[in-house]
Amino acid sequence: MRVATAESPPPAARAAGAESPWRRFAAEFFEARLAVLGLALLVALIAVAIAAPLVSPQNPYDLAQLDVLDSKLPPGEHSSTTGKTYWLGTDDQGRDMLSGIFYGLRISLAVGVASTVIALALGLVLGLAAAYFGGWVDAAIMRIADIQLSFPAILIALILLAVLGQGIDKIIAALVTVQWAYYARTVRSSALVERQKEYVEAAKVLALSQRRIVFRHLLPNCLPPLIVVATVQVAHAISLEATLSFLGLGLPITEPSLGLLIANGFQYLLSGKYWISFYPGLALLLTIVAINLVADQLRDILNPRLKK
Amino acid sequence: MLAFTIRRLGQSLFVLVVMAFLVFLGVYAIGNPIELLVNPQADDVERARATAALGLDKPFLEQFGIFIARAAGGDLGRSFVYNIPAIQLILDKLPATLELAAVAMVLAIALGIPLGLLAGLKPHSFIGRSIMAGSILGFSLPTFWVGLVLIMLFSVQLGWLPPNGRGETVLLLGVPVSFLTLDGLAHLAMPALNLALFKLSLLIRLTRAGTREALLQDYVKFARAKGLGPGRVIGVHVLKNILIPIVTVIGLELGSVIAFAIVTESIFAWPGSGKLLIDSINQLDRPVIVAYLLVTVTMFIVINFVVDVLYSLLDPRVRLGTVAAH
Repeated sequence: MRVATAESPPPAARAAGAESPWRRFAAEFFEARLAVLGLALLVALIAVAIAAPLVSPQNPYDLAQLDVLDSKLPPGEHSSTTGKTYWLGTDDQGRDMLSGIFYGLRISLAVGVASTVIALALGLVLGLAAAYFGGWVDAAIMRIADIQLSFPAILIALILLAVLGQGIDKIIAALVTVQWAYYARTVRSSALVERQKEYVEAAKVLALSQRRIVFRHLLPNCLPPLIVVATVQVAHAISLEATLSFLGLGLPITEPSLGLLIANGFQYLLSGKYWISFYPGLALLLTIVAINLVADQLRDILNPRLKK
Repeated sequence: MLAFTIRRLGQSLFVLVVMAFLVFLGVYAIGNPIELLVNPQADDVERARATAALGLDKPFLEQFGIFIARAAGGDLGRSFVYNIPAIQLILDKLPATLELAAVAMVLAIALGIPLGLLAGLKPHSFIGRSIMAGSILGFSLPTFWVGLVLIMLFSVQLGWLPPNGRGETVLLLGVPVSFLTLDGLAHLAMPALNLALFKLSLLIRLTRAGTREALLQDYVKFARAKGLGPGRVIGVHVLKNILIPIVTVIGLELGSVIAFAIVTESIFAWPGSGKLLIDSINQLDRPVIVAYLLVTVTMFIVINFVVDVLYSLLDPRVRLGTVAAH
């Protein structure tokens, strides 16, 4: 959503008159109940993630607060020493699952958003460069993107992490590597289309500088498809990070993301202690579904082909 | 057409060599396997002897040269852990992976195209909306999470299906397969469904989008105006026209289903090549990692090549130069 708010209204639309494009955009967005639900859920999840230290019953990283006697308690049990209620149970180290999930959500969202923003910036620059310079620059950038996109993201991320090792910076690097090509492709193709349009010609006739044309005229008009791709990609990044962490290749165990919490509980699943895996999984699921619901509606609004 | 095929073939070979180099370079950078393989109490002489025996004391480029020369002859090194040829280890595990991938793909196609067509024809009906909601779920749920829920539901709660392993196998043309025995099918059901879900959702979306766009085209209006029945309009005019992108995507997804099997196999302890890869990464079994990646990458490149050539046969507008411009 941060990406969406960064968009300035296209100059052409601003001149259109009474109805502001922002209000029209909001009105169209709120037409779909499911999308509104997704947005509300997403806002709530982000709020919880940001406020995790304030709303968590316990600091899950502080080993002094954990009690081994409380390990693997089912949801709703009370602590044997402090009498506190563990609403979602505890894991094998006696960590309160609710607190673990709040902090895990924080890490998952942070990794997802950070990798998306970096990949977006990288893809934007490379895609615009490819469209603007053409020739061998275009060929080189797009050939690399083509080759990379012909392999599934999970395979590339797995190779990278097998090489780089664990760590939050390494997983972000891997996620950026698998994502940049989507943005570069999207920006390039819309920039090539937009470049032919009359408003660009008009800007050229006005003798505006190249830089002004590229960044003030071309770029804002390339943004709508990019916003859709970016929203979907945040969900992908979160899901991919969770998968890699689940496989034991993502984040270190000291600061678990949702994926690692799930992996941690997986070994207890078959003995019926479902809550250690299930609730972090539920949080992951809600996050991803919420983002996708918002992304779906954005796509419908921003795709002129579906307009009647 | 011939020129296109040759150019595309050259490109494929180039990608293969580059990938081989990158994989080798990357895997070479993973920790020192000697630390894991040699007894921690071993002295330096013992370490040096083990290093020399595995060829790890030679310069990097020489190791790569030896590797390429041997790889060309089908020798991808011996597993540090099992001490058998890595390629043999992969080939032993590959049939299980391919079986899982094939069953998953068949499931996805058999369900995805009819459901997508239905959703595309009646996009605003209850059933159309339900299918789409389901596909959003299937699309956005991480594979491992779905697998987890499947195990929770069918193995732990209901006790219907076994949570791991391959079950009883029978030999089919000398290869062990699970899908011909009841026990094998029970073991196959959950992993196959798990692996199929993502492709299923993708096919539903693709078919639905294609159907919706095709329905607005003049040729469909014309066919209707001619008085053709809805069955013929949909079966011939709509389906035939949306099938080209669908077939292409199915072809391309064949490879990715094998990659995603890494996750599914890890959850259901399916004894395939994907699980072997994860185990090998954890054990720093370098030759097996390299062999797995090379085999998978080669499969990908072959699949992409075949799909591209077939696509250009189906749709003559496709040529290398114009593909990039779309």
